[in-house]
Order: sequence, then C-alpha cells, then structure tokens
Amino acid sequence: MVAPANSAVATVPGVPTDARLHVVTGKGGTGKTTVAAALAMALAEGGRRTLLVEVEGRQALAQLFDVPALPYEERHLAAARNGGEVVGLAIDPELALLEYLELFYNLKRSARVLKRMGAIDFATTLAPGVRDVLLTGKVKETTTRSDKSGHFIYDAVVLDAPPTGRIRQFLDATTEVANLTKAGPINRQSVGVLDLLHSTRTAIHLVTLLEEMPVQETVDAATELAANGFHLGAVVVNRARPTLVDDDQIGPGGRVDLAELRHGLDAAGVDAALAEPLAGQLVEYADRQAVQAENRARLAAIPAPRIELPDLTPPVDLGELNELGAYFLDVS
Amino acid sequence: MSTRRKPPRLDVDALLSDEATRIVVTCGSGGVGKTTTAAAMALRAAEAGRRTVVLTIDPARRLAQSMGLTELDNTPRRVKGVEGELFAMMLDMKRTFDDVVSAHSTPDRAEQIFANPFYQALSSSFAGTQEYMAMEKLSQLAESGEWELIIVDTPPSRSALDFLDAPQRLGRFLDGRMIRMLVAPAKAGGRASIKLVTVGLTVFSKVLSKILGGDLLQDVSSFVAALETMFGGFRQRAEQTYQLLKAPGTAFVVVAAPEPDALREASYFVERLSRDDMPLAGLVVNRLHRAVPGLTARRAEAAADALAEKAGSDLALAEAALRVHVETALTADHDARMARRFAAAHPDVATVAVPALPADVHDLDGLRRISALLANG
Repeated sequence: MVAPANSAVATVPGVPTDARLHVVTGKGGTGKTTVAAALAMALAEGGRRTLLVEVEGRQALAQLFDVPALPYEERHLAAARNGGEVVGLAIDPELALLEYLELFYNLKRSARVLKRMGAIDFATTLAPGVRDVLLTGKVKETTTRSDKSGHFIYDAVVLDAPPTGRIRQFLDATTEVANLTKAGPINRQSVGVLDLLHSTRTAIHLVTLLEEMPVQETVDAATELAANGFHLGAVVVNRARPTLVDDDQIGPGGRVDLAELRHGLDAAGVDAALAEPLAGQLVEYADRQAVQAENRARLAAIPAPRIELPDLTPPVDLGELNELGAYFLDVS
Repeated sequence: MSTRRKPPRLDVDALLSDEATRIVVTCGSGGVGKTTTAAAMALRAAEAGRRTVVLTIDPARRLAQSMGLTELDNTPRRVKGVEGELFAMMLDMKRTFDDVVSAHSTPDRAEQIFANPFYQALSSSFAGTQEYMAMEKLSQLAESGEWELIIVDTPPSRSALDFLDAPQRLGRFLDGRMIRMLVAPAKAGGRASIKLVTVGLTVFSKVLSKILGGDLLQDVSSFVAALETMFGGFRQRAEQTYQLLKAPGTAFVVVAAPEPDALREASYFVERLSRDDMPLAGLVVNRLHRAVPGLTARRAEAAADALAEKAGSDLALAEAALRVHVETALTADHDARMARRFAAAHPDVATVAVPALPADVHDLDGLRRISALLANG
C-alpha cells in the first residue's frame, strides 16, 4: 500500500495515529538500530521526511547506512521509496549542552572555556540523568520544530533509544533531574518534554528476539512503561525463525520415523545415509520452534500489536531495510 | 584460495584448573551469553576441585534460579547439587557502595552521606557505578583470601569497554579537581593557572547553578565535604583494582556471538586488553550454529522443492527435514564466515566455539552441558 504524498503522517496499525515520535528500544543485541532504521524508511515513504536519531555515541547509523561518521548535525541518510527522505542525527550530549547554553544564555564563549577545563564533561556526569535530559530535550526540539507556516519540519522522528533495561529512566530523566534541581531552566523546560513523551504523540516500540532474556525484559519494560503513563507502540519480534516442522512429524521423546525420512530423501535424490543426522537436526529445530512459540505466548500478555520481522543475516542493506519497513505498514 | 590458519584453541580446562589462575573476568557486549559462560566455567572449576565463587551481575531469572540465587544480597551462597565447592552471588550495587562509605568514614559521617539526596542518586544510577562496584566487590573477594578461583561477570554496559574505564572515571570524578574546586575554590589551581581557573570557576559555578539549580549544587557540596576524608581513597582503590586486573593470575575471557556488532565489540576488547597489558586468555564464540555436513543449502532447497511438487503425504517429513537443513546451513555458513573474519583479524587469539543450544539454560545440568562444550569445543 502506498500512501499518497503529503497525506497525514503514516501510521503503524494499532498505534495511536497521532504518534509523531517513535521511540525504539530493546535489549542489547536484539537489533533495535536496524528496526529503528526500517521504521524510519517506512514512515518516510511517499514523499515524507523522517528524522532518525541516535543518542548512544556508537555511530550505529553511519555503520548501518554505510556513510561517514555523523557529526552533530542533521544529515541526509537515504532516500525512501516514492520520494521520501530519511535524515540522520547523532546527538552528542556535550555539544547538546553547549547548544543549550548558547540558546538560553548566549554563553558560547565561556562555554568554550568550560569545555577546555573539562567542566562540560563534569556537568554532564554530575547529576545522574543530566545527559539524558539533554538528549530527550533535543529529541523534543526536533519533534516539535516547525517552519514559518507552522508545518512540522519532520513528519515523524524515530529514536534509536537506550536499551530496555534503562528506557524508563531515560525517558523520565527529566522528572528525576527536576526533582533534584528544584529550580532552574531544566526544571522549567522539563514540563514540555514530559508532556510530549507521555502523550499519544509518542509511541514506544519494544524490539525483542524470541528468547528468554529479551522477552522477559520486554515484558518487564512494557509493564513499567505503562505503569508510568507511557504509550506502547508495537512489540517488534526480530529474527524470528520460520516455522518449518509440524507437531505430528516428531514423536514422543524426539523420535523421527527414519524409514519414512529415508524414503523421502531417496525420492528427492538425496543420499539416504544423511537421514539420521538430518533427523537429529530436525528435532533440534523443532525444540527451537517450541521455545519460540513459548516466548511468543509470553509476549501476548503485552497489550500492543505484534510485528514479526524475518531473519535477515547482517549486515543489512538498504533494500532489506525497505523490505523490513513494509512489515510495519502492512500488519493487520 | 589462500590457506587459512586455524586460530589456536582456547583450552578452558587448562585455564580453570591451573592453580596460578585466581581471577577470570568474562567480558563482551550485552546479550552474548556472558553470564552463562561465567557460571558454566565456575561450575566446571568447582567440579574439578577448586573452591570457586562466581560474581554475577543481573543474571537471567532462570539462570539465577539454577544456581539457587533468589536475591541480591552480596553474600556468596553455596550452590547445592554441585560436587565440589561452588558459591554464587549477585551484585548489590547500592549496598556495596554503602559498605565502601562505611569502611572509610565514621558512623556519624556515614549517616550524613547516606541521607544526602545526591549520594542516593549517585549510588543507584550514576553511569559507571555498577562497573565500579563490580570491581570493588572483586577486590574484596580477592582480598578475603577465601577463594582459589573468582569468576566475575561484567555489567552489561553501553560499550563493553566501560567497565575498564568506569572505576577510574568514577574515582576521578569523586576525587577530581572540579569537585575540589567546587568545595573549596580558594585552595584550587596551580601557580600558573590561578587566574584562568578563578575566572573559569566563577563562570562554571554560575552556569551549573543556572542549569541545575542551587539546591543540587548545595547537595553535591555537602556530599563532597562529607566525603573529604575519603578523598584519594576512591581513586586509590580504583587504581588498586586496575592493578589487580593486570596482575599475574588474572585472565580475561572475551565472549561474543557470531554477529557483526558483538564481534566488533570483541575486537575492541582484544585490542584494548593488549594495549593495557591485560592478560587475555581467549575468545568464546557462543551460539555458533552447525549444520549436517555433506549437503549444501542450495541442493537441499532444490530437493525440497522437488518433493513439494510431488506432494505426497509420505514425503512431507523429508521435505521438512530438508527445509530445516536449508535454514540451518545458511545460518551455519554465516556464523562460520563471521568467526573466520574475526580470526583473520586476530590470528593469535585462542578461540573456542560453543554450538547454539535450542533453549536457554535453566538448571545445573544445562550449565554442565555448556561447560562441557566450552571445554571440548
């Protein structure tokens, strides 16, 4: 399905339609950066413009899109299908702080002195969460930035966020710092950031594999986020292996009918001597399938739409990102 | 085709049973099975007769249960059902921090510190506190002299290298010039730089007050003032831990999965360890998929398609087995390619590959299975 150009913002089925900020989180190693990128590509389809943001200083976007390291600047990353554009931004907390000082206090010169003294590093490390406050503050600014005629500069912003283990802390950093700093501009600014993050304009997508630990973390994070007034987007299952074995093909105790297997291999012109090792492999795969099914069932407890992506062997290229992106828009 | 030299094999049993090995640190990026590897090695060492303790950080629930761990209590608990002496513990970050404070100050002062809101925030969420406390706990275990072997898992950091740097960063932070200036501006600054520092400091305090608000600065100042007696203590301990990691008897085991990101982290790690003269024992590549040899994915796919066309109900089993083989062989090829690429970049790093198991470990037998695979490659 191709959305007409300049239509309303593309939406992920099951996710509030006014969501403009898509926060993508997941346990380390689940492929959240790839998922964030695929979502940004999908949301840009048909002449839209999305901003893809990273905040962990890993230059993961540059690696994924195979471009030179991103400076702290919004840069074209890729063209999306049907005339869209994905812009990338790697937020550097130090530079975000300098920008902030300049914006609010016109302190550019003294800021440079501070930087030389290591004071900026000190300040961003000083209060737990100041870093996160600066990062979420910048994300809010890009999400709500508009041109002279009042149109948003970006149709959607996708954030490759910190892992599920600390996502709630990250998103609520402003609250925590606001509690620590009972006055000051951070305290004042915090209201706008919190409003955006806790509203339906922000959807939080959870990326997981069908394995025990990531699923557990996903379930925990979903509960915690919902309890703290955040709006869940989709649960994105990454690298799901296809279901290939029927339950009735394997007997109790992992028994496979070797005679039938040999017969079939013969018919296909495959050496029947492979029957035994292939049967072992089949049983192991079926075990894996069962574990996947069990984990899928645990995910069903989360009140959010579930999107399953196929298993692509990394590194993922641009075409594959587009292919993955389609899963976000076509889910029913 | 060029001939590929196989990397030397990491002999896990030799490493664990060597009496000279006193500390093993597992490191690697998140989600690669680091904690499981640490636990499996500890079990193996204990069953080989060494009095072993494994320090885990945030283990999966079922893995923790498999070792009888139910809470963060900072106390090594004997693991039941093990022949030999295996103890396990989970790190309680806040409590470890509290202990450090108590050990370095008077009870009155400690109370004052504990009540400080800045301390409360720092001890539970400062980036690096977990790493620092893991290393602190490791020092304590090593100093106790109770253990023949200590196996320590490292926190799931943003970057796998964080735990090497975090202790010093936190030490520097609590002990640093900035914080001293904040507390006692008059005392700060060298002869040559007094002017710059004074000017800079005025701006600095002003800016910090503006951004953070006066209350926080007040909390920090009183916290630092209360910690005054401990100045130097933190940094010194961080330095000691760092030296402990370099001492003979310590071995690092880097854990990775056959994925580009995990192996990239492993590469950084290997390079960093060698730059810092840290003793690298080798690399564990977890979850390597293997396929039945003697049948390519392409042939298996063609054969499966042929069977699908014939559509006999008696052929479905073979078709499923062949489709499973296609899937498995492609994954195995990918994994092997990843492992080869790493080996080509680091030809001298001893390596052992652990095959992927269908399910996560949730009991001691599962751990034993992993430890046997670790030992036998």
